[in-house]
Amino acid sequence: MSELGIVYALLGAAVAVLLSGTGSAIGVGIAGQAASGVVTEDPSKFAKVLIIQLLPGTQGLYGLLIGFITLSKIGVLGGGLADLSVQTGLLILAACLPIGVVGLLSAIAQGKTAAAAIGIVAKKPDQFGKAMLFPAMVETYAILALLISFLAVSGIQV
Amino acid sequence: MSNIKYTYAVARIRALEVSLFSDAFIEQLLACKSADQVLQSVMEKGWGDMDSGTDVEAVLKCEEEKAWAVIRDVAPDMSVFDVLSYPKLYHNLKAAVKEVSTGVKNPAMFYDDCPIPGEEMYRIIENREFSRLPGNMSRTAQEALDTLLHTGDGQLCDIIVDRAALDAIEEAGKKSGEPIIENYADTTVAIADIKIAVRSQKTGKNADFMRSAMAECESLSIDQLIRAALSGMEEIAQYLEGTSYAGGADALRESPSAFERWCDNRMIETLKSQKYETFSVGPLLGYLIARENEIKTVRIILTGKQNGFTDDAIRERIREMYV
Repeated sequence: MSELGIVYALLGAAVAVLLSGTGSAIGVGIAGQAASGVVTEDPSKFAKVLIIQLLPGTQGLYGLLIGFITLSKIGVLGGGLADLSVQTGLLILAACLPIGVVGLLSAIAQGKTAAAAIGIVAKKPDQFGKAMLFPAMVETYAILALLISFLAVSGIQV
Repeated sequence: MSNIKYTYAVARIRALEVSLFSDAFIEQLLACKSADQVLQSVMEKGWGDMDSGTDVEAVLKCEEEKAWAVIRDVAPDMSVFDVLSYPKLYHNLKAAVKEVSTGVKNPAMFYDDCPIPGEEMYRIIENREFSRLPGNMSRTAQEALDTLLHTGDGQLCDIIVDRAALDAIEEAGKKSGEPIIENYADTTVAIADIKIAVRSQKTGKNADFMRSAMAECESLSIDQLIRAALSGMEEIAQYLEGTSYAGGADALRESPSAFERWCDNRMIETLKSQKYETFSVGPLLGYLIARENEIKTVRIILTGKQNGFTDDAIRERIREMYV
């Protein structure tokens, strides 16, 4: 048994949560500024802009999910650390990278799109459905990354 | 991500853009029978406040102040709006120089909603504390005051101050680092130059006069404009056709008021694309100019109705709306 194996695996879980969480925080922050601007002038639009503001928050949840699965897999949760070789540790780290990196970048991009979409709601509240779609498009790529990270982490034999 | 700082401001402006007048509402105002009805209609839209009552000037002034108050409230950095405050600032300088040299005081001559209000400007000029003025103003103030005292030529004094204002606007545009502000500043200077050329042509001024009055800008060649102005109005129109101000040529041939209207519409055209920006200062500038344009249009309709102009005569002077 190599002690480094488990360290790499835990680093993978940390990367998944850290990067995607940071991205979501920035994204929700950007959209939140736009939402505040609209609500300052028109409080009746609060519910609509809140929903759009939350869209970039999902990447953080995806990162959390992958982190959680990783922790369960390597035995940090539930007791009894798994006996991991360095190679397996690195494999788990690599498996966590997609949701980490894509989560970070897509959440920021989605935050900006959400801010622009909030502009649509400000001017044309009846176009709320269409406004929701633009930031939702960015979500596709976060989901793809989540899928690969999920399949990879699950597929690695410990 | 440096431009993220405008996210809040732009979203607030987006919400406010809804209450800007549309072309359709302006048509409704035109259809009103009297100036009182026009005033009533705009007041129903929330114009004016408790103090302004039904006084036309007070209502319009109140709206102008409201527009600036919004921008002051939301803008993270007011220095980019220098290009908009300079015309008033230099107007105050001009008024102060004339008051000091003639000794006649008239507080109504000044704008108070700008960085150096009338009273303060008067004191600066009276005590010759030119170093307290920003940028090229200190040199301009000294030159304008000396010129007026020595020659008594009010027009020469005006040219010195107006030219300095145009130079300052062009420079502030470049310094702002925002493409839209730079574009706006350059368009402002270019349109001022075109107006100078048109008026100089009509009054038969020489090339030296025009050269001292016009400011350098990027979208027009002053030399070519002066040469065209010396040859005639048609030549000015022909020169404009080869520049980005081609629409001005047709307006110039149509009538003086059509030309004035084109100048304002050209500015709104420059800014219209800002309605789709989310992370820049552009929408703030667009909103401010749109409000000024709206106030100017309502003023034109009110004055037209008060003086019994026909609807067509008023319509010819109506500006295009931003939204």
